[in-house]
Amino acid sequence: MSALTLILKKTPTQQVDVSPLIPENLTDLSKPEIGAIILVTGNQHVRTDTIFTISGDDPERLIFTGETTKLDYIGKNCSIGQINVQGSCGAYTGMGMKGGQINIYGNTGAFTACEMRGGLVRIEGDGGDFLGAARPGNQIGMMGGMVIVTGNAGARVGDQMRRGTLLIEGNAGNYAGSRMLAGTIAILGKTGNYPGYGMKRGTLLLWHSPNKLGATFNDCGCHTLGFLPLLLESYRSLETRFAFLPKTTGRARRFCGDMASLGRGEILILVP
Amino acid sequence: MIINGVKIDPAFAEAFPMKATRILITAQDLKWAYHSAQTMTGFATSIIACGCEAGIERELDPSETPDGRPGVAVLLFAIGGKGLAQQLEARVSQCVLTSPTSALFAGIYEGELIPLGKNLRFFGDGFQISKIINGRRYWRIPVMEGEFLTEEKVGMIPAIGGGNFFVLARSQPQALAACEAAITAMKKIPNIIMPFPGGIVRAGSKVGSKYPGLKASTNEVFCPTLKGQTRTNLSAEIESVLEIVIDGLSKEDIQKAMRAGISAVCNFGAQNGICRISAGNYGGKLGPIHFHLQEIMMGRMA
Repeated sequence: MSALTLILKKTPTQQVDVSPLIPENLTDLSKPEIGAIILVTGNQHVRTDTIFTISGDDPERLIFTGETTKLDYIGKNCSIGQINVQGSCGAYTGMGMKGGQINIYGNTGAFTACEMRGGLVRIEGDGGDFLGAARPGNQIGMMGGMVIVTGNAGARVGDQMRRGTLLIEGNAGNYAGSRMLAGTIAILGKTGNYPGYGMKRGTLLLWHSPNKLGATFNDCGCHTLGFLPLLLESYRSLETRFAFLPKTTGRARRFCGDMASLGRGEILILVP
Repeated sequence: MIINGVKIDPAFAEAFPMKATRILITAQDLKWAYHSAQTMTGFATSIIACGCEAGIERELDPSETPDGRPGVAVLLFAIGGKGLAQQLEARVSQCVLTSPTSALFAGIYEGELIPLGKNLRFFGDGFQISKIINGRRYWRIPVMEGEFLTEEKVGMIPAIGGGNFFVLARSQPQALAACEAAITAMKKIPNIIMPFPGGIVRAGSKVGSKYPGLKASTNEVFCPTLKGQTRTNLSAEIESVLEIVIDGLSKEDIQKAMRAGISAVCNFGAQNGICRISAGNYGGKLGPIHFHLQEIMMGRMA
């Protein structure tokens, strides 16, 4: 069986909501039935086969290709299978995802992996703003699973994140981990201003000191933390730069905060 | 059956079902892992009065531990799951949490899960931090020395307690030397512990007593000083009897250990004062699991 491939026939004029096109929805459908699925684009309802050419027959391996930046909600609520996006994609990729894997070979728009609950999102490019955050108006962001970004991430990654792991190989924008409730965000590159703004619990693990640290973060000093080698060791099985980090003694400078909020969070800056 | 001049009695050891768990204690070096493990397994020889039976199973190489530090594996056994959970929590809170550089991990993930650091975390008084690593929850508890890392839960599985055999010898030193050799041989077997001091028991007990309320009392038929005073199982030349008690995760584990131990004792042979091997059974009052000495030594194991 070959992967079920959805090729955009031409660049849509407006963003397309492709949330119905997830492996579990397509498992028992024939190609004509898949083609008849109605998608929303702008104020229009269109059949899938009017904008996509459909080939292949394995819905557990789904490929989106063409001008994929026009696709929003790729893999929304997905719980099984693998979705590959051959290019950059729009907003809300992997929203509410419960399991399976989404690979994006390009950049993602805002709110990628927002309110995600499980599975793996892998971005071979840059992640947009509000990666792993809550949807606007909601109060709980990512609740499980893992996101790997090989490039940079935008502002407010992990906003209101509740559980799970964000691994960012490049730089992160301002306010990383803002209003975080729990979970782990690890950033290999540089971090913008005011990381952890308003964070209640959770861990921001940094390899470089942030540009500006909020005045409501207090220095707890340098410490050897036993869980750090264990945590980094758990990344060794992943396909990421985090898997190839030198073994650490677990020594880190610990800043606690945000003291203007609950203050149980921490920013750990690894000591080489 | 006679091996190297040592008579193997046609007896059986009477064992009973227990619940067991394994925990891993790591530390900066083996010395501190042992300090912690030895303290937490202290006063855990017999279920008669200790609440649990516990012992150090083996040393762990850094490559075998979750945090890559040296450590030891500890097995704990109790009659019921509730009792085991209580004993585990009490012992780790007083002896592992308090021990410098220690960290505590689960050594079994099967069976019913019982708290390991789940309640211990409250020692952190609100400053404790949870981390889920590879699907398992850990707790980081701030302590004066730094941070104590513990896994949240550990598995509890059915196990067997009370495997045993007796070494009957012409003198105390000969009996003890043979038993020490047996313990050295048995420590190479995984999934078992010998919970008594040094693995060896001098006060073998029978079930019940003439005194009301006493659950166990001296096993007078194997007491050499009572040979002329009461019914005895000892011949004239036997001056000392020692017992080795084995708890194991399965019947096979105990059988392997008994075979290794009895073989080591028999290697001492009659020429070194070892007369007989026997076993403790109490007419079926103790438990339903029977380890027949001769069958084990003939290699007929379950």
